[in-house]
Amino acid sequence: MYIIVIGGGKVGYFLARALLDEGHEILVVEKSPARTEFISNELGSVCVRGDGCEVSTLTDAGTGRAEMFIAVTGEDEDNLVACQVAKHKFNVPRTVARINNPKNEAIFKELGIDVTVSSTNIIMESIQEEVPTHSLTHLLDIRDKGLEIVELKIPADAKTVGKEIRELSLPPESRLFLIIPGQGKPRVPTASTVIQAEDQIIAITTPESEEALRTALRGS
Amino acid sequence: MKIVIMGCGRVGARLAGLLDIEGHDVNIVDTEAYSFRRLPAEFGGNALVGDGMDEDSLRKAGIEGADAFIALTQGDNRNVMGAQIAGHIFKVPRVLCRIYDPLRRELFNSLGIEAFSPTTIFAQMLKEKLETEPEEAK
Repeated sequence: MYIIVIGGGKVGYFLARALLDEGHEILVVEKSPARTEFISNELGSVCVRGDGCEVSTLTDAGTGRAEMFIAVTGEDEDNLVACQVAKHKFNVPRTVARINNPKNEAIFKELGIDVTVSSTNIIMESIQEEVPTHSLTHLLDIRDKGLEIVELKIPADAKTVGKEIRELSLPPESRLFLIIPGQGKPRVPTASTVIQAEDQIIAITTPESEEALRTALRGS
Repeated sequence: MKIVIMGCGRVGARLAGLLDIEGHDVNIVDTEAYSFRRLPAEFGGNALVGDGMDEDSLRKAGIEGADAFIALTQGDNRNVMGAQIAGHIFKVPRVLCRIYDPLRRELFNSLGIEAFSPTTIFAQMLKEKLETEPEEAK
């Protein structure tokens, strides 16, 4: 597959390297002459110097035959415009933009970018998972359906410990589908499953009912 | 008319002054407070430190209910992004945008952004000036 990567910073360089290893045809477009030289020395002649938002640069890069276009510069507006130029001028079927400001995710979707990857969100979520006191962790967002898979840990002092799941007032949009007890094997919960301290509960919910789910499961 | 201007450079500040004198409700946003020194002393509109690509800053600048939005920062891509947020997200009825790069301007014009390239306009103007005799020589 011919893939064009805009931005030859750390993300662009390692992405290009990984995609090359997978056997794809890659071209990196990078503004700075020093980075262009570095990438060419490391990866061979897969890097051109230029502005990835400029139609002329993208014409020379053969964007018309690219199957995928990935913009990973450090500036959100540059990634947006590069993807829009690729999409509307060169009809690239799949455009991916890196987002630094998490707020821009919805805006980019609205403006027609196929896939957005928020590096800030990914780092924040990974860190959240490592913070033991955090009561609800996002595991996966199913964005086009407006759903998310979350994990909750039941603290020892939760009011719900010893109660059956049918006794909890779970929000209607939420479903519990796995309980990983502090000790023992994971099990699929039923209405009569009893909540125990240190249970890890995996649930599917909507962003709106996330707070209600947390309250229902922890009883506070 | 309620107008939001993004970017308080020479053009932005001058335009804000002109619209303000005519009695429009002018709100100008710039990331640097220092840029507001360019506004005329008698400027009666609002000057706000904020990012014109940020929804919250735009809300503070009164983008909801604005009649027009004009993007005039030094960055073409920033202008394009600000203009699209104003047009697509906040549904501002009139959105104008400066894009220096003529090719990019063409593309975004075809995508429904009312964009102007000072590069093209000024080059054309200079060419026409050169092709006509100067006033004094007549």
